[in-house]
Amino acid sequence: MSDRGHIPESRQREKPRADLQWIGKSMKRVEDPRLLVGKGIYADDINVPEMAHAAVLRSPHAHARIVSIDASKAEALPGVLCVMTGADAAEVCDPLPTWASPPVLQAVIAHDRVRHVGEAVVAVAAEDRYIAEDACDLIEVEYEPLPPVVDPEEALTSTGDAVLHPERGDTNIGLERTLTFGPVEEDFAAADLVIERRFRWPRSGGQPLETVGAVASFDEGAGRFTIQCNTSMYNYCGWMIASTLRVAPHKLNIVPTLAGGSFGSKMFVHKVPVMAAVLARAVGRPVKFMEDRIDNTTSCDNHASDRVYYAKLALKQDGTLLSLKTRIIDDYGAYLQFGVGQHGNALSQCVGPYRINSVEVDLAAVLTNKCQQGAYRGFGSEVANFVIERLVDAAADELGVDRIALRRQNFIQPDQFPYLIPTGNMYDSGNYQAVLEETLKLADVEGWRAKQAEGRKEGRYIGIGVASCQERSVFSATEFWMWNLEPGVEWTSSPDGVSVKIDPTGKAFVTLHSPFWGNSPETVAAQVLAEQLTIDPSDIEITYSDTDQGLNSTGPGGSRFTVMVTGAIVGAAGKIREKLLRIAAHLMEADVRDLTLEDGAVQVKGVPDMKMSIAELADKAHYYRLSMPEDLDLTSGLDATYVYDHPVTTLPDPDERHMGIFYPIMGHSCHIPVVEVDIETGQVHFLHYAAVHDCGTMVNPMTLEGHIRGGTVNGIGTALFEEFSYDEAGQLTTALWTDYLIPTIKESPADIVVGHVETPSPFTEYGVKGGGEGGRMGGPPAIAAAIEDALKPLGVTIDSLPLPPSKLRALIREAQARSA
Amino acid sequence: MDGVSVNFTVNGREVTATVDPRTLLVHFLREHLKLTGTHIGCDTSQCGACTVHLDGKPAKSCALLAVQLEGAEVTTIEGIAGPDGMHPMQAAFKEHHGLQCGFCTPGMVMMGIDIANRHEAPDEATIRSELEGNLCRCTGYHNIVASIAAGASASRRREASG
Ligand code: FES
Ligand code: FES
Repeated sequence: MSDRGHIPESRQREKPRADLQWIGKSMKRVEDPRLLVGKGIYADDINVPEMAHAAVLRSPHAHARIVSIDASKAEALPGVLCVMTGADAAEVCDPLPTWASPPVLQAVIAHDRVRHVGEAVVAVAAEDRYIAEDACDLIEVEYEPLPPVVDPEEALTSTGDAVLHPERGDTNIGLERTLTFGPVEEDFAAADLVIERRFRWPRSGGQPLETVGAVASFDEGAGRFTIQCNTSMYNYCGWMIASTLRVAPHKLNIVPTLAGGSFGSKMFVHKVPVMAAVLARAVGRPVKFMEDRIDNTTSCDNHASDRVYYAKLALKQDGTLLSLKTRIIDDYGAYLQFGVGQHGNALSQCVGPYRINSVEVDLAAVLTNKCQQGAYRGFGSEVANFVIERLVDAAADELGVDRIALRRQNFIQPDQFPYLIPTGNMYDSGNYQAVLEETLKLADVEGWRAKQAEGRKEGRYIGIGVASCQERSVFSATEFWMWNLEPGVEWTSSPDGVSVKIDPTGKAFVTLHSPFWGNSPETVAAQVLAEQLTIDPSDIEITYSDTDQGLNSTGPGGSRFTVMVTGAIVGAAGKIREKLLRIAAHLMEADVRDLTLEDGAVQVKGVPDMKMSIAELADKAHYYRLSMPEDLDLTSGLDATYVYDHPVTTLPDPDERHMGIFYPIMGHSCHIPVVEVDIETGQVHFLHYAAVHDCGTMVNPMTLEGHIRGGTVNGIGTALFEEFSYDEAGQLTTALWTDYLIPTIKESPADIVVGHVETPSPFTEYGVKGGGEGGRMGGPPAIAAAIEDALKPLGVTIDSLPLPPSKLRALIREAQARSA
Repeated sequence: MDGVSVNFTVNGREVTATVDPRTLLVHFLREHLKLTGTHIGCDTSQCGACTVHLDGKPAKSCALLAVQLEGAEVTTIEGIAGPDGMHPMQAAFKEHHGLQCGFCTPGMVMMGIDIANRHEAPDEATIRSELEGNLCRCTGYHNIVASIAAGASASRRREASG
């Protein structure tokens, strides 16, 4: 075993093949009809009899002690059913689930102290939402302000009253650690050149169009909660919510609803369902709590990475990259639910597509008076892409070589896969050169270079950016090991399950154990099962389980769903196929080895008229036990469940020399935007945009392209406009969509030309890789590079995002002043 | 609350109700009539998920009071399919993968129908400029534009043949 760990044998059963019927087809989506006619049931669409509605009074202060609360007027308002303060809530529930170790305790309603603007202070349940909000207006709260902590670098040295969680010590550093992988000092000593930059990655967020909501009810007789909610991971760790509610896990059923988008932000919804549940138990009626937008922006627990990087890249004069060292200060906001998970994630691909021999990360996760971090498309690894790509651009400029040529020179080569990077993660397969060449072609870089030169003569600022980015997919639970300093969560399983049944008439039913959150789970499941059983997707019905019925399933997130559900269906369909063949062999008096399943029938090879359709066999399987062999396992029916484990993962090294394989299904992309910057207004226009992704074998090119385009526009938002911006007092100045600017159609390129390369994974079924997040992983570094290229005549350097017109104008002004 | 009585038509059906005068149209549709296809995405009339047709023109139903609608005709996403299934605009969104999570979709479809009503053969630039009041977080808009262009020409074909 090397310092980077070992690579296990592949467990792949289904090889990628050219003759697939359904996998690889742009099949129209199974999910669409009900969504198109307005009949999809999202969280806010649930109505149950006697349902009451909740609203929440939120803190106007970033940091304060709660001195007193007078809710008497609210309680007296007709239609109000319950007014619950933090102290009331603490009597009936425990802190919210957390993985941080030592924990950073977060209450569903703040108790004693508020730690960010928008934190819940009082919750009200009433006959309708209007009354509940009226009641909130009648509550008087007296606060004693404490010093707000806003700047992440200042948070490193906070003491005294400025400390958010004094019980964890007199500091706002939530976690701090240094991880060294490989001979960093030697590599730096051997370097001819060290590129040093400070980068700033802005706090943004998934901001799906639908906020988070839940409808909870409590059955007093059974002592049991039912919570309908737009969450994921309910069948993986939903039971943790039961602990918060102080009931046994089997006294809680979580029922998933459709989610109107997530992008990570509904990965593990916790606060909203707990809020609805404690109120439901208190009022003895079902309660709906649906965040409004400002509830969500200020308190969703899903702001994204907010990082300062001091980064150093060591290289040789000949362009060989050697080592990467980063000091990172990450502003986690007021709590630390996932520990420093976003950094484990980044370490899965922190060297990008390049051969880099060693890595050091020195991380301080600071706690500040802001909404806490969670997940957003990339979960922190997109920041690593930005950092490595900006460093490589800077290195090329410093060496005076072409930015593309330096990339080519350092790419991991196609024959080097599977490849272990210094942190121990594996890249399963890839062909980075091919992706780059394809993108250069689609982007017509030569042509644009000519137009750029022409434009410069006319005083136009056109720029071309290139980013070659990793697109890790399918996390393993071993990633969680790095979330904490000391043993936090040491799980090693992160499976996904599926249940498949063929009814007596031959129709197929699939139960998924993870939710719809804006992706295409039903379409993928239908395509893969149709492939496996050689049936038509229109003969397959898809439903979702609740936790009562659920199998262990991690759910979507980290671009894992397509790979995992494909594996689960291959497993379940394999069991069904085996039973079909055994029954057919018996009934047709043939040898199982002479049978094949094709076109929805079991066929004796070479004897065309000896066959039985799946429907015929299903009928026999259900109703004709006495026509079957005696075998005990040939029970009446045709059904199977299968829980598919992560395809390839290994344990972290006990001495921390490496983290094991934890995010190995490695996609890749190249983005080439062409922009024009108006130097008078600071506006950026996209003249062209090409993106080529390699997500292994594609299950559905149409939906993959949808993800790529949508993700890229998310990336444009991150690069140019979006920022949860807190002022010195800790007020969120971009709490509404009037100020938090998600791209409208005007800011989105008229066309993003998408191309594909398919390098199948040798580890997953059919060679599929995940592709849900890649657009946002590739866009920001490419756009930053394009803008820098456009402004090259002025000497502007881009090391911080976002770049709204005001910021670009400031950079341009500074550059002009420097040269004047 | 002193209720105010209001009378209008929703999806061709006459509706009479007594409502709290501050009730927003979107809440009236969703809570009172249980027409939950019209969605709420923001607090500030930014997103367009709540778009319905009011007397044949698109309107953000989160920016109207139910009591303003006396005598009006409202059409929601639930009211546009014909006897033979989806409206051509809905079908075009399916055909061109114009939706992912589906949350913006009812508003987009209602806007798309309005664009088709007002423009003979809307080109991409027209559709793009008409859609500036509707946000989608999933698709990057590309396929929504394609869907609306196709839906508009399918609607015209239907009218021509029907
Ligand atoms: S809910 Fe009406 S515009 Fe957003
Ligand atoms: S499809 Fe999700 S917001 Fe448009």
